[in-house]
Amino acid sequence: MEKGTIKVKAGLAEMLKGGVIMDVTSVEQAKIAEEAGAVSVMALEKIPADIRATGGVARMTDPEIILKIMDAVSIPVMAKARIGHFGEAQILESIGVDYIDESEVLTPADEANHVNKWDFKVPFVCGATNLGEALRRIGEGAAMIRTKGEAGTGDVVHAVRHLRTIIGEIKKVAALSREELMAEAKKMGAPYDLICYVHENKKLPVVNFSAGGISTPADASMIMQLGADGVFVGSGIFKSENPEKTAQAIVEATTHYNNPDVVAKVSKGIGTAMVGISVSSMEEKDIIQNRGW
Amino acid sequence: MVKRIGVLALQGDFREHIKAIGKCGVKGIDIRLPAQLDGIEALIIPGGESTTINKLLIKYNFINALDRFNDMGKPIFGTCAGMIMLAKKVVGEEFGLGFIDATVQRNAYGRQIDSFEEYIDLKLNNLKKDKFKAIFIRAPKILEIGENVEVLAKAKNEIVLARQENVIISSFHPELGNDIRIHEYFLSMVNNLKKKREKENVRAF
Repeated sequence: MEKGTIKVKAGLAEMLKGGVIMDVTSVEQAKIAEEAGAVSVMALEKIPADIRATGGVARMTDPEIILKIMDAVSIPVMAKARIGHFGEAQILESIGVDYIDESEVLTPADEANHVNKWDFKVPFVCGATNLGEALRRIGEGAAMIRTKGEAGTGDVVHAVRHLRTIIGEIKKVAALSREELMAEAKKMGAPYDLICYVHENKKLPVVNFSAGGISTPADASMIMQLGADGVFVGSGIFKSENPEKTAQAIVEATTHYNNPDVVAKVSKGIGTAMVGISVSSMEEKDIIQNRGW
Repeated sequence: MVKRIGVLALQGDFREHIKAIGKCGVKGIDIRLPAQLDGIEALIIPGGESTTINKLLIKYNFINALDRFNDMGKPIFGTCAGMIMLAKKVVGEEFGLGFIDATVQRNAYGRQIDSFEEYIDLKLNNLKKDKFKAIFIRAPKILEIGENVEVLAKAKNEIVLARQENVIISSFHPELGNDIRIHEYFLSMVNNLKKKREKENVRAF
């Protein structure tokens, strides 16, 4: 019997596909998410919109909060560690979370390095804004990628930008000739063997969800049509007028993403979406998607 | 020859099943609404999150349609979450379509950290035992089976693959590896049951 293999780690992400992973900060919210059909929850002290509003250093959530949420729901529970903070990651592995998100939403702990995720039996999901970044994370052992939008804004524009970027770059690498792959690996700062994998298979070696700014059923439908394997919804649910209805509608829109009649039906009467912040109006220092090396 | 195999595409790794039966030369069709079951010869219910799949099955009125599908004797194969959907009894839960006389328990092997790969002994043709690399992810367990259920594989004395007439369940994910023998077995079973049904129909005249 072998545990913690890459097949087992990446396999859980395969099972989450076509689903919605929701940020929750309490047992009550976790139950709402599970009841709405979330495939997993991300256990947090504060949702990204509130982390933004509070400022200061954002760290791993108190393990007690995470453990209470793990006890309350039967779906997999994820939790965030700071970029490069293997100490936090070790704690999360020790309490038995199902996935660790090495996340730019928290304040980075290392300015040059990410966690060596091969050291862990628990799988990791990491953010990426382009193919090079995604393949560097996979090279470090990430078993799942999430395309980074701008978390906590409710503005989907950067989720779209980076999903289009990654999918466009995959198409480009697939179309290159064999002798061009090393130069491309150098240019992207990506491991050569993973560039070869993308060239041969025309896809990432692991599942790719989209995250950051998705807050309506229509957002989820568009992101899925653009080629995401599933969606993370952070602030979009519990900053909306009616979290129960919004959560359920986003789950259904993710399943029926290519059926506008269903997406229209579930979009009706769910209340106002989160107010949010337009990313184009933000100052450079407030943008968090650039965290990650 | 089998032509139309549906794969329930509400959530989970349905694409991996479509790929696996594709390698056997059969095209898989995404099923997201009950009406899409018309003309489908057999159905695969994939791995995924069972609470999510169960809620969407109910919400989109699949239960009666699947009952009719099963009553027609059409083959159904459920892996992991799919197995939970097909079982007669699920410990501590209200779901289960009841198409196979088995009691199963969700997440019975533990959390993700306890997910594992293991060689299991396949007994697909009653002739010989054969090794198969099985991937178990937050897997459910088959605790009990009825007398009409045939055991097709065990791992460490626990039943992990079983069949009753037209229904097969596995607690692991044959769709995640490159070994397509279990999908080939399912497709041959679809063909055999189809021939049997056709014969019975001729006799009925």
